[in-house]
Amino acid sequence: MSDFVKIIGVNEEAYDTKTFEFQWDEKAIPGQFIMVWVPGMEEIPMSLSKTGRIKSITVKAIGASTRKLHELTIGDSLRIRGPYGKGFDLTKGKKILIIGGGVGTASVMPAIKESGADAIIGARTNKDVIMDDLGHKYAKNLWISTDDGSMGFHGNAVQLMREKVAENNYEIIIACGPEIMLYYIYQACVELNLDCQLSLERHMKCGAGICGCCVIDDQRVCKDGPVFTKEQISKMKDFGVQKRDECGRILKFR
Amino acid sequence: MLETCIGKLKLEKPGMVASGIMDETGASMVRMLESGAGAVVTKSIGLEPNAGHANPTFTEVKGGFVNAMGLPNPGIKMFKEEMNIAVPKGKIIGSIYGASADDFSKLAITMEEYGASAVELNLSCPHAKGYGMELGTDPKLVGSIVSAVKSAVKIPVWAKLTPNTHILTDIGVAVQDAGGDAVVAINTLKAMVISPEFAKPFLSNKFGGLSGPGIKSVGVRAVYDLGSVLDIPIIGVGGIADWRDAAQYIMAGASAFQIGSAIANKGPTIFDTINKDMIKFMRDFGYSSILDMVGVAHE
Ligand SMILES: Cc1cc2nc3c(=O)[nH]c(=O)nc-3n(C[C@H](O)[C@H](O)[C@H](O)COP(=O)(O)OP(=O)(O)OC[C@H]3O[C@@H](n4cnc5c(N)ncnc54)[C@H](O)[C@@H]3O)c2cc1C
Ligand SMILES: Cc1cc2nc3c(=O)[nH]c(=O)nc-3n(C[C@H](O)[C@H](O)[C@H](O)COP(=O)(O)O)c2cc1C
Ligand code: FES
Repeated sequence: MSDFVKIIGVNEEAYDTKTFEFQWDEKAIPGQFIMVWVPGMEEIPMSLSKTGRIKSITVKAIGASTRKLHELTIGDSLRIRGPYGKGFDLTKGKKILIIGGGVGTASVMPAIKESGADAIIGARTNKDVIMDDLGHKYAKNLWISTDDGSMGFHGNAVQLMREKVAENNYEIIIACGPEIMLYYIYQACVELNLDCQLSLERHMKCGAGICGCCVIDDQRVCKDGPVFTKEQISKMKDFGVQKRDECGRILKFR
Repeated sequence: MLETCIGKLKLEKPGMVASGIMDETGASMVRMLESGAGAVVTKSIGLEPNAGHANPTFTEVKGGFVNAMGLPNPGIKMFKEEMNIAVPKGKIIGSIYGASADDFSKLAITMEEYGASAVELNLSCPHAKGYGMELGTDPKLVGSIVSAVKSAVKIPVWAKLTPNTHILTDIGVAVQDAGGDAVVAINTLKAMVISPEFAKPFLSNKFGGLSGPGIKSVGVRAVYDLGSVLDIPIIGVGGIADWRDAAQYIMAGASAFQIGSAIANKGPTIFDTINKDMIKFMRDFGYSSILDMVGVAHE
C-alpha cells in the first residue's frame, strides 16, 4: 500500500550511490522492491536494501530521477508504495552463494543478512564497491571482485564465482546485478549443474502486476518476479536478449 | 454450459481480459487465454507508437486503483508481431483508439487483417487528451465513428463506453443506430489523487481513471440502464473479482464480461475460478446457460 515516510538516515556508499533510511512498518522480505516518488521526478522502482522495521533504499545516480533523490536529506519525505514482487527463497538450498553486481549489491544485502551465507560483491573499480562493510558483517565469507583489480579479485564476479564454486560445494546461487552478468551466471549454473535465483529488471510503470509493461516473455517482472527460479528463467526467450521500451517496442541488448 | 454469444461471435467462456491488462504482448495474451479467458481484448492500439504518460501513472486507493497510463502502445504496425503470436491461440479482440473516424477505420482494417475476432473502439479513456472519452461523450461523433468503421470491416464492431456522462443511454443508442454490434461498459471513472504531504496531485497527468471493486455498482447500473434501451448485446466490465460480481453484470443485461484490475492480485487463475464457481451457481439455481441469465433482473 502507499505511504509517506520520513528519511531518518543518509549514508554515502560511493561517489554516485547513497542509502536512504526510513521507518516503515510494512512487512517485507529480501528481494522485494518499492515504487518511490517525490515531486519533480518520475516514480521509479527501488529494491529494499534493508527489510526490518527500519528500511532503506540504496540509489545509484544515473539519470534525472535518481539525481533528484540524491538531493534529499534527513527529514525529507518520500511517497512510497509496495512492497512488491516475489523475493528470494532462502530455504531452497543449504549451501548458498550470494552475488551482488554493482548497485545490485543493495538488493541482495538483506538476503546476505538473513542467511549469513558466503557472498561476492562485484564492481568495476574499488571506487564502485558498495556496502562491503555490511557484507563483511553479515556474510560468513565475503569476497570482492573488481574488473580492474583495484580491490580484491582481478576480474568479473562470474569468474570469481567459478573459482569459489570449485572450492566449495554450493547448491544454489542467488544474484542481482546487470543482466549481462546474470546471463553469464545463469549459463555457469547450467554448466555446473547448480540451482539459482536471479533478480531481474524491466521498465516498470504500475509495479503491481496490472499494466503488463514489465514482461519478460509472459512473466511480469514486478509481480511474478523480480526474483525468478532457474526453471522459470530456462523458459525465457527474452532473458539476456531483449527488453521492451515504454511503448512496448522490442529493444535488443546486442 | 458457459458458452455465450455476442451477436454472431461465439465464446466458449463468458469472461474476457479487459483492455490494458496483460495484453500488450503476444506471449502475455497467450498466457491469459491458457488461464481460462474466453477471449483477450488487446491494449488499445493507435496509429503511432506512444510512450504514454510519465510515471507516476498508477496507485492503489481504497476501493481499487487509479491509473493514467496514457495509452502506451507500440503502434499498429509493430503490433502485428504480437497478434501473430496470440491469434492462433484463441480469440483476440483488437482494441483501438484514434482522433477521428478515419483513424479508427484504418486501425480496424489492420486489426481485421491481423486476425482479430472483433474490434473494440476505445471511446472512453478518461485521461488521454483528444482521444477516448473526449470523443465518446458526443452521440453524433460516436455514431459517425461507428458507421465509418462498420463500412470498413466485416468483423463485429464493439464500442466501449465511458460512465463519465449523464447521457450514457443516448450514446448507446447512437452506437446501435450506426450499426454497432455491441457496447462494452464501463471504462474507468475519471478520478484524481492528491498527496497531502506534498500538496500536489500524485499522477503526472493529474487526472486518471478509477477501476476495481469501487466501480462495480456503477458498472452494473450502467449495464442495466443500457439493457433497458438497447437490443444489441452488452459486455459488462468494472470491478469484477468473483462469480457473484460477474453474475450481477449478466443479470443486468450483459452477455459476457471483462476483467481488468482483479487480475493484479488474483492472478490469471481468476478466470478458471470464476468459471468453476459460475457452473456451480448455475447448477444450484437451475440456469442451463449463460444466455438464460442475461438480463433476468429486468423482469
Ligand atoms: C525491480 C527493480 C529494482 C531496482 N532497484 C534499484 C536499486 O536498489 N538501486 C538503484 O540504484 N536502482 C535500482 N533500479 C533501477 C532504477 O529504477 C533506475 O536506475 C531508475 O529508474 C533510473 O531513473 P533515472 O530517471 O535516474 O534515469 P533515466 O535516465 O530515466 O533512466 C536510466 C535507465 O534506468 C532505467 N529506468 C528508468 N526508468 C525506469 C523504470 N520506471 N523502471 C525500471 N527501470 C527504469 C532504464 O534502464 C533507463 O535506461 C531497480 C530497478 C528495478 C526494475
Ligand atoms: C492499468 C489500466 C490500463 C487500462 N488501459 C485501457 C486501455 O488501453 N483501453 C481501454 O479501453 N481500457 C483500459 N483500461 C480500462 C479497463 O479495460 C476497464 O474498463 C476498467 O479498468 C474497469 O474494469 P476493472 O475494474 O475490472 O479493472 C485500463 C485499466 C487499467 C487499470
Ligand atoms: S510494471 Fe505494470 S505489470 Fe509490471
